Amino acid sequence: MLDIKGLTVDLEEEDKQILKGVDLSVEAGKVHAIMGPNGSGKSTLSYVLSGREGYEVTGGSATLDGQDLLDMDPEERAAAGLFLAFQYPVEIPGVGNMTFLRTALNAQRKARGEEEVSSAEFLKLVREKAKTLKIDADMLKRPLNVGFSGGEKKRNEILQMAVLEPRMCILDETDSGLDVDAMKLVSDGVNALRDEGRGFLVITHYQRLLDHITPDVVHIMADGRIVKTGGPELALEVEKNGYTDILSEVA
Amino acid sequence: MRLAPNFAKPSQARTDATEARLSGLALPESGAWGRAARQDALDRLREMGLPQPRDEYWRMTNPRPLNGAQAEAADLMADDEAPIWGETGALRIVFRDGVFDAAASDDLSAIEGVRIERLADAMAGDIHWAKDLYGALESRGQSPVPRPFAALNTATATDGVVIDATAAASRAIRVVYERSDEGADPVLHSLVRVAPGAEVTLLESGAGGARINTVLEADIADGGRFHHVRMQGRDPGRRAVTHSFARLGAEAAFKSFTLTMNGFLTRNEQVVEFTGDDAIAHVAGACVGDGRDFHHDDTVFVTHDALRCESRQVFKKVLKNGATGVFQGKILVKAGAQKTDGYQISQSLLLDDDSQFLAKPELEIYADDVACSHGSTTGAIDPTALFYLRSRGVPEAEAQDLMVLAFLAEALEEIEDGDLAEELRVRLEGWLARRAG
Ligand SMILES: Nc1ncnc2c1ncn2[C@@H]1O[C@H](COP(=O)(O)OP(=O)(O)OP(=O)(O)O)[C@@H](O)[C@H]1O
Ligand SMILES: [Mg+2]
Repeated sequence: MLDIKGLTVDLEEEDKQILKGVDLSVEAGKVHAIMGPNGSGKSTLSYVLSGREGYEVTGGSATLDGQDLLDMDPEERAAAGLFLAFQYPVEIPGVGNMTFLRTALNAQRKARGEEEVSSAEFLKLVREKAKTLKIDADMLKRPLNVGFSGGEKKRNEILQMAVLEPRMCILDETDSGLDVDAMKLVSDGVNALRDEGRGFLVITHYQRLLDHITPDVVHIMADGRIVKTGGPELALEVEKNGYTDILSEVA
Repeated sequence: MRLAPNFAKPSQARTDATEARLSGLALPESGAWGRAARQDALDRLREMGLPQPRDEYWRMTNPRPLNGAQAEAADLMADDEAPIWGETGALRIVFRDGVFDAAASDDLSAIEGVRIERLADAMAGDIHWAKDLYGALESRGQSPVPRPFAALNTATATDGVVIDATAAASRAIRVVYERSDEGADPVLHSLVRVAPGAEVTLLESGAGGARINTVLEADIADGGRFHHVRMQGRDPGRRAVTHSFARLGAEAAFKSFTLTMNGFLTRNEQVVEFTGDDAIAHVAGACVGDGRDFHHDDTVFVTHDALRCESRQVFKKVLKNGATGVFQGKILVKAGAQKTDGYQISQSLLLDDDSQFLAKPELEIYADDVACSHGSTTGAIDPTALFYLRSRGVPEAEAQDLMVLAFLAEALEEIEDGDLAEELRVRLEGWLARRAG
């Protein structure tokens, strides 16, 4: 469903290439993991896919179900079913968590030509999902991510994902900053969404997360490229030996 | 009432401009005290003259559109919104183009704890309590900075509302300034006297004229509470100069909020004076302006002359497409006004590079044991936040509106009555939505 071919990306501000030809396909129903050293371009890839400003695509393509993602506004990508759980979720004072989520859900539905959900339906939906993620009513009432702990922010990202039900979910280090229990909650949240029609791209540094969310495919990214692809055992190898062996092997 | 001698004799040009403005005006008929008060104000005005563009206090706002002998005609706005706060149960008083509309107004006596009269009626007689208030706070407010339009108002106001609160009012008072004449140029003056321990709320809305000059003098006795919430008319062509003068006794409270949307020129001056200990005054406002023909000025002067008083100024402006916002606010703490708690913040959100915000925050402190702070910021929409919202499917324009409302929410929180604030928020949403098209 997500097909990335030969994607090269420069920073807009400075003359610097970050992605140097990324090839990657995530099929519906599958979970792909991306691991890789700090600064290798994992977050950049997720931002470019979701349409953040500041990057210039110099070559290659990225499509979701055949639709050219790179040609769309961020909100169009979301309506097309793409979702990014941010590595650093943004605090927005003055915008209520619930107001925001409802606006987002209805905007997406409207863009897809679907009925908007009523406040009652919405409340019911959010309460139900929030409960399984142990997000309390107080957090829902607060301004978006303001004063949330690191772990709470990550759980809130997963809540948004659960409510918006995107078809292609990118999770950028959603496990970082989570305690053991929260890791379990978040993983359960992700696993609950796993189904045949939905693809996942999970960016992580740790096997820990992949113990809970078993990936079908694991990619290693280094210096702006996918340098190795394998099964779940690849993550175990990284966990045990780090990147040195893998990188020298492909160099 | 003579002015402090530090006003230089006005230049010939200023005098000519002032006389030109006055030439079309006659002092309205009044009883003895009214005549005297108007004549005093006229003398005050002639002594200072009307503002000219180079005056320090008018450096950031051109007074010319307010100065002309005639009001420039302003198109009437086709407005399909019902007047705000219509469902609050407040007693309604309507002025149409500055003229009292009895048919559209409620019975002025249908309220307990408060006596309401029209200024025209109060001034017709030879004795009235209003004698001690009319022009009194205005003339006190002329020093150290002259406010000529307020003196002009005292001299020539044709009507207004006179409110005497002797207990907790049984309902709020809602004054609606309707507008149906393209050239109406009303001058209205209202008085509020709050007795010890009494409490009253005044709501005001509407454009009222092509050019409107209003003055409010509020004298709040010990332990009295006065709430003032305003929504200024949305007519894009209207010009408004308004002054609120509030004097607070011990443990008194004054809470004021103004929302401004559109308007060619708006100058809102707020003058607050603490004369008794332990009182609080909060003056706040929000405005949204779109286009080069939007200029909005909040000018605030708070004088602390008592112990342990708290003043708070919170002003927020959202400006786009070349709109201009001005804030000049001062906290003056006189010698001996110990334990003063003074706070002032003015912030603008500029939605493009063409719009501008000019701010002149000032503190002048002659007491040594006080906590005063002020700040002013100008910013654009945070692109990271905007992207976050968009990445969840919220279209750019809608995401921007969310951010704008979020920015203004902090100012709306200054309003004590959440229901009144909520109606203002809905009006703001409407304003934003109309611009989305
Ligand atoms: N806006 C930017 N300005 C300057 N450098 C940038 C910018 N965005 C990304 N980079 C650089 O691009 C490279 C890739 O960054 P990116 O955040 O994608 O790495 P990452 O793989 O997600 O790393 P981590 O594992 O630490 O999260 C880094 O060297 C980073 O410094
Ligand atoms: Mg990263």
